[in-house]
Amino acid sequence: MALQIYAYMAHSGGVADDTTLEMITAAKALDADASVTAIVIGSGADLEAVCSDVAATYGEVWKVDDDALAYPNGEIYREILKRILPEGSVLLVPNDTFGMDLAPGLSIKLDVPFLADAVGFDGLDGTVVTAVRQEYSGQVSTHVQADLSGGAVITTRAGVFKADEAKSASGQVVDKTAEAMAGGAPESTRVFVEIVEAEAGDVDITKEDVLVSVGRGIEDEDNIPIAEELAEAMGAAVSCSRPIVDAKWLEKARQVGTSGQTVKPKVYMAMGISGSFQHLGGIKGSPFIVAVNKNAKAPIFQVAEIGVEGDILEYMPALTEKIKGL
Amino acid sequence: MEILVCVKRVPDTAENEIEVNRDGSGIKQDDLVYSVNEWDNYAVEEALQIREEAGGSVTVVTVGDDDSEEVLRREMAMGADNGLLLKDDSFNNSDGRGIATVLKAAVEKGNYDLILTGAQADDGAAQVGGMLAAMLDLPYASLVASLEILDDTKIKVGREIEGGNLEMSEMQLPCVLSIQTGINEPRYVGIRGIRKVAKVDIPVNGAGDLGVSADAVGQAGAAAKRIDYFVPELGEGAEMLQGSTDEIVDQLIELLKGKGGIK
Repeated sequence: MALQIYAYMAHSGGVADDTTLEMITAAKALDADASVTAIVIGSGADLEAVCSDVAATYGEVWKVDDDALAYPNGEIYREILKRILPEGSVLLVPNDTFGMDLAPGLSIKLDVPFLADAVGFDGLDGTVVTAVRQEYSGQVSTHVQADLSGGAVITTRAGVFKADEAKSASGQVVDKTAEAMAGGAPESTRVFVEIVEAEAGDVDITKEDVLVSVGRGIEDEDNIPIAEELAEAMGAAVSCSRPIVDAKWLEKARQVGTSGQTVKPKVYMAMGISGSFQHLGGIKGSPFIVAVNKNAKAPIFQVAEIGVEGDILEYMPALTEKIKGL
Repeated sequence: MEILVCVKRVPDTAENEIEVNRDGSGIKQDDLVYSVNEWDNYAVEEALQIREEAGGSVTVVTVGDDDSEEVLRREMAMGADNGLLLKDDSFNNSDGRGIATVLKAAVEKGNYDLILTGAQADDGAAQVGGMLAAMLDLPYASLVASLEILDDTKIKVGREIEGGNLEMSEMQLPCVLSIQTGINEPRYVGIRGIRKVAKVDIPVNGAGDLGVSADAVGQAGAAAKRIDYFVPELGEGAEMLQGSTDEIVDQLIELLKGKGGIK
């Protein structure tokens, strides 16, 4: 029997997130015969715009529209979803910062299995799904099984399921607001105050063509100038991965990744960067990636064009010296 | 302020290459270096800073085996007042929900104002904090990158969202927070600190002590069952350059010139 799958639509400022086009592919990867309903929660004109956008991809769109839902709040949205989802529903949620906030607790409230950060589905046997996950920063993969007969909450990684650009559906938008708000807006003890934007830095790495990007392999704050010298020789800018910012060796504005900047360079030098999916999520535009890493198993080598198994503290100075001599 | 911090002993991925064992039942254990989950260190540091400001105590807890005691001692050497090891054969192979079930029982035996976890651990699921909060019916915020105590009942948290922006919210205590790296600078633990807590008694609670039923945890209670570990067949990946450092550098320069990487 084909599954009925619900897909949560991430959106912001009236614009559907890229993942809205990926969720339908994820749902079909789970069950090719599934019927898939999109769920869009929010308020006002922004919500309407997102609904009409995703209706081009999904045959059915459920919308919940209320002023109290204008900003996504995990506590409130959990209760809304609990009110509208039929018993035994399978819900897919993108594994973004809101999905991480929403989904694990929702699985408890619905009393259903939870599968986190699925990067693929490897078969559905009756009602038992086999999902593919990654562990240890992407160094190994696992198969995880769960029985979907009583429903499930599954988060899916952004960027791994191919976006369905066909936009060939003309979905029906069903207003679920009355059902969702019956009994009033859910209460929350977590009250949204404001968004504080990340500080801008002295260099805008999003505008640079060539980036020398350093990760843990730089080992020590005192070694940062080695990367700066290479960048200077190449006419590039220095960027970095998260651990370097956590250690306060470089400013936040230099961080590439989903929790940092999204860059679109022509050439990306990944120096001592393992290549977590959060880091790779910040690299767009298919640059020429050169990776140097001591760990031959580092995931960065799967996305790089050119790899060198070695120590960046050896290769970066050697490169600098030769480039200066050109 | 009474604070509980949930921590985990994990293989240090910065120090190890993680490889799948022969039959795919796990990862190769030879020579693995273990440490405290990186995110948990930030959670413990945050708890210590709150205690320094507001008073109270910090307890570190883990679900694990005898080896897990070392990570509790390490966090106690950082300054945590108490350690608590939750250990029982029936806890083995728990999924995230099973771990949260065990932790919930431990939380209910205490009287905590604030419960912290790391945002994620070695399995990358980022699930236990959110599940624990839902089980306890407490407010929850994930990926917390800034934290301010407003008064005895209220805190202000900043969740790190896309682009590194902070989503600021006010929350009621008690609550559960998952802590993101970079929120603070975890203090250094010296040999002397470790020695000081080497003999401190760390209580152990089993399923009976916690009132946790065996069918709710472990492999039996797992709704998400890990079947195997494997290395996926991926595309070709990078062309790996071979040769001496000098030769490789020459190749790199030619390639970079061709791609506009050297201006």
